[in-house]
Amino acid sequence: MSVDQNTVRHIARLARIAVRDDELEALANELNGILSWVEQLGEVDTDGVEPMTGAVEMVMKWREDKVTTGNLQKEVTANAPGGDDGFFVVPKVVE
Amino acid sequence: MSDPIKLSLAEARDALKAKKISAVELTQAYVDEVEAGAGLNAYVLPTAEHALNMAKASDAKLARGEGGALEGLPLGVKDLFCTEGVRTTACSHILVGFVPPYESHVTSNLWRDGAVMLGKLNNDEFAMGSSNETSYYGSVINPWRRAGDTTPLVPGGSSGGSSAAVAARMCLAATATDTGGSIRQPAAFTGTVGIKPTYGRCSRWGIVAFASSLDQAGPITRDVRDAAIMLGSMAGYDPQDATSVDRPVPDYELALGQSLKGLSVGIPKEYRVDGMSSEIDALWDKGIEWLKAAGAVIKEVSLPHTKYALPTYYIVAPAECSSNLARYDGVRYGLRVEGSDITDMYEKTRAEGFGDEVRRRVLMGTYVLSAGYYDAYYLKAQKVRSLIAHDFIKAFADVDVLLTPTAPSAAFGIGENSDDPLAMYLNDVFTVTVNLAGLPGISVPAGLSSQGLPLGLQLIGRTFDEETLFKAAYAIEEAAGVQPAPAAWWKA
Amino acid sequence: MTMNVIMRDREPRAEDLIKGETGDWEIILGLEVHAQVTSNAKLFSGASTEFGAEPNTQVSLVDAALPGMLPVINAYCVEQAVRTGLGLQAKINLRSVFDRKNYFYPDLPQGYQISQFKHPIVGEGEVIIDLAGGRSESVGIERLHLEQDAGKSLHDQHPAMSYVDLNRSGVALMEIVSRPDMRSSDEARAYVTKLRTILRYLGTCDGNMDEGSLRADVNVSVRRVGEPLGTRCEIKNVNSIRFIGQAIEYEARRQIELIEEGGKVVQQTRLFDPKTGETRSMRSKEEAHDYRYFPDPDLLPLEFTQEFVDHIKATLPELPDDKKARLIADYGLSPYDATVLVGESARADFFEAVAKGRDAKLASNWVTGEFFGALNREGHSIEESPVTAKQLGELIDLISDDTISGRIAKQVFESMYKTGRDPAKIVEEEGLRQVTDLSAIEAVIDEVLAANPDKVEQTKVKPALVAWFVGQVMKSTSGKANPQVVNKILAAKLGLSSDD
Ligand SMILES: [Mg+2]
Ligand SMILES: [Zn+2]
Repeated sequence: MSVDQNTVRHIARLARIAVRDDELEALANELNGILSWVEQLGEVDTDGVEPMTGAVEMVMKWREDKVTTGNLQKEVTANAPGGDDGFFVVPKVVE
Repeated sequence: MSDPIKLSLAEARDALKAKKISAVELTQAYVDEVEAGAGLNAYVLPTAEHALNMAKASDAKLARGEGGALEGLPLGVKDLFCTEGVRTTACSHILVGFVPPYESHVTSNLWRDGAVMLGKLNNDEFAMGSSNETSYYGSVINPWRRAGDTTPLVPGGSSGGSSAAVAARMCLAATATDTGGSIRQPAAFTGTVGIKPTYGRCSRWGIVAFASSLDQAGPITRDVRDAAIMLGSMAGYDPQDATSVDRPVPDYELALGQSLKGLSVGIPKEYRVDGMSSEIDALWDKGIEWLKAAGAVIKEVSLPHTKYALPTYYIVAPAECSSNLARYDGVRYGLRVEGSDITDMYEKTRAEGFGDEVRRRVLMGTYVLSAGYYDAYYLKAQKVRSLIAHDFIKAFADVDVLLTPTAPSAAFGIGENSDDPLAMYLNDVFTVTVNLAGLPGISVPAGLSSQGLPLGLQLIGRTFDEETLFKAAYAIEEAAGVQPAPAAWWKA
Repeated sequence: MTMNVIMRDREPRAEDLIKGETGDWEIILGLEVHAQVTSNAKLFSGASTEFGAEPNTQVSLVDAALPGMLPVINAYCVEQAVRTGLGLQAKINLRSVFDRKNYFYPDLPQGYQISQFKHPIVGEGEVIIDLAGGRSESVGIERLHLEQDAGKSLHDQHPAMSYVDLNRSGVALMEIVSRPDMRSSDEARAYVTKLRTILRYLGTCDGNMDEGSLRADVNVSVRRVGEPLGTRCEIKNVNSIRFIGQAIEYEARRQIELIEEGGKVVQQTRLFDPKTGETRSMRSKEEAHDYRYFPDPDLLPLEFTQEFVDHIKATLPELPDDKKARLIADYGLSPYDATVLVGESARADFFEAVAKGRDAKLASNWVTGEFFGALNREGHSIEESPVTAKQLGELIDLISDDTISGRIAKQVFESMYKTGRDPAKIVEEEGLRQVTDLSAIEAVIDEVLAANPDKVEQTKVKPALVAWFVGQVMKSTSGKANPQVVNKILAAKLGLSSDD
């Protein structure tokens, strides 16, 4: 599979990274270089192999249904580049 | 005390306990070193005042005969660890000015045990890199130089600030993280010890995430004993990390000096890769001889899927990072570049905030997860990953530990590999398998190259068997003898 | 979720078909209901789920997706999902997986929603819906999965900016996906009503639609009778049962008109506007989405044992369908009355407390009639009722032992509802005890007859006039005379058969 400039534009859009038109060709070449290299995995017979889920065999820990934190409005908004009255503020979103 | 910075972490600990030196004196000595070494660019944020305050508090405790395992010992912290009230950026422009209102679990453990923070250390942006050249704050310069040559070399990456600072005696030890080799390869490039423990041994809580299923914290230190002491403090169960493991942390120092008699050491034949330098090959053989001499039994083992580890990694890690880095969107913290609407704001912010390597991996990860490609790339890679992990399980049925080189070469020059991502990725060829399988791995200095640069050997262990790694690494360290420190040319 | 096309085969009912210009159309409906799990803390953080707090005060570092923050699953939310699955007669999966659904939106701080995609915690189940005329239908449940709610974007604070509040961010939701088994807006409304009832019985969701605890995404498509499935549109986040009906009616007609005019339905996400009663395309969702689902590497698979499930099963309450069957069997109730009563477990409990040891029919008439009528009128819930089940039972006892008449009882009930006093006390203090003393009634009757000799004369040709006399007697006794007794004596005195 190889990536053309339109595909690069599409995935950059999905990833919300602005890419200039004059960068598309170089990016497509780079990604194709990496992709053609990783495609050697096609050689590996993985029939009947379960995909790895956790790096190490262990049971996931659960938390109790307890309220353990809150009233952090100041802390969670302290670093916000746009903020007003305890809210985060962003350019208007149209539904 | 004549020159406190010559002390190892263990020696400094003992000197503090014996009141031969105060924490403030020790810390001041390091604060001076940090200043003197500013040209290496190892620190992105020195915190001298903070350090001296912590040292003062440590002295008060030590005077009362109290104090933890690391009381008064000055450390550097990789900028990937969130530090409460202290700027943390993962060396990315997108986290510009971010001051966390919380402390990572690993660093809290260090402060709980009395350690002193000298500052935040440089790293590849979001830990994506093998040379520290992708940092928004610029390259770190390796304190080591080729004999008779002033070409600036990379300190390895992504924990290049950590490895350089430890090698240049700009801290007693440093925290680091390892997703594909980011502790062990820089340790090898700087003549330091670096251990990536078993996945789940250290909590990931409060460490800026790169690839969640691979990331693991560990220390970079001057010697094996220091690594054992540091890991003992950093490790531990954390209920805030669902992948943290609930089992006691052994006293790793006890493993040092234990006999290797009967220890079975595997030599994976697939690690003799094409084009590996004869120097590395010879170093590896030397390591085998040392372990044999110490009583270990050497066996050849096979890890047949080794050659697929890097391509597997370069699907899994970018996929996870593309999602992990979605939170950097200009809304709640860090950089925001205003735009005509919300999407424009996102796109401009992320275009300006991420460097080339991060962008490359986010795009790659987005692509391999996107509709129609998931099965061919991500799912396939996770299946190959299972096979890689299974290779190790099989090998560890026969042997207790594996010995390999840490990296295929010694440190290279800044700019030498940065145009070719694939060439750069090859740096991790021996280390990345360990992350994919979740195993512990340690890099220990084993000598110098013909050009006078440090080289490292890697030991790989069974899950949660860090003790065997420390035991065997200590034996290598003993056999290799006292390693020279780099000449302190940066102070001139 | 993508709707599966597995559905029940059903003969269309004529009354469900929509008449178009060119023929009859069938509506095919499937619902995705988002039900907020009743829990103290969020799905993956220790922040409170309470409604209505100041902005961003119930937000943990995890909910705000600060760097390095990690999710840890709330055990109770897992339990609640299993409980709900059991209540929906569904398959419980002992192993399920949390996936990340990746997309950018300001109220989605992580840049992904943790949800379950390929391996949900609950698999196939069934809900029986109750319809007019005692009809019931089965609606298939495709799956139930756990996921995080998003925050809230407010668009009215500022002309150019949206304000983001993350208090809801990370609250546990159960997404319950039905099969496209419904064929009319009535069925869709009955389905949500029934689902809500079941959730409330189970205590796994409070069902409060005003506060957004229960929202439905409605998938609507139309087809000519007998033809294959048409293209569907998804109407997002409809938050009242009435709106669900309106949205479906509007959307079905829109699609039919579109097709009949030669157009084509485009698969899209739409919004219902309650002000206009119309649906419209959502601008923000227009862009083709590619959610790039993959297993969340911060979380291991969710695994539990059959014993865990069995333990929850042992604590399940009696569910509405079982309760309805039992009320019909034990109390001889009509299916209609039983359906009304089991709509809320508090109602059924109230009824059972009243009916215990009493005439069940009388009890059900009083509970569903006067009592519910008063609650409705006053806007009270059962819990807020000033009349207890014990008091209403006592009132019925007073009717049954002829202490008061049914008519007086209504008056007593009004007074009970107003004052909360016991019925016996009201009857005593207000002198409402029914007069059953024959001689006393006879005396009044004699008085009335004597005062109206002309009317007595007329009854001989117009026996129906007896009713007028009954009225007069009741009036003179302020309604306290036992009406049967009055009738009987009057008939005898006027020489009529008391039966006509
Ligand atoms: Mg949905
Ligand atoms: Zn959903």
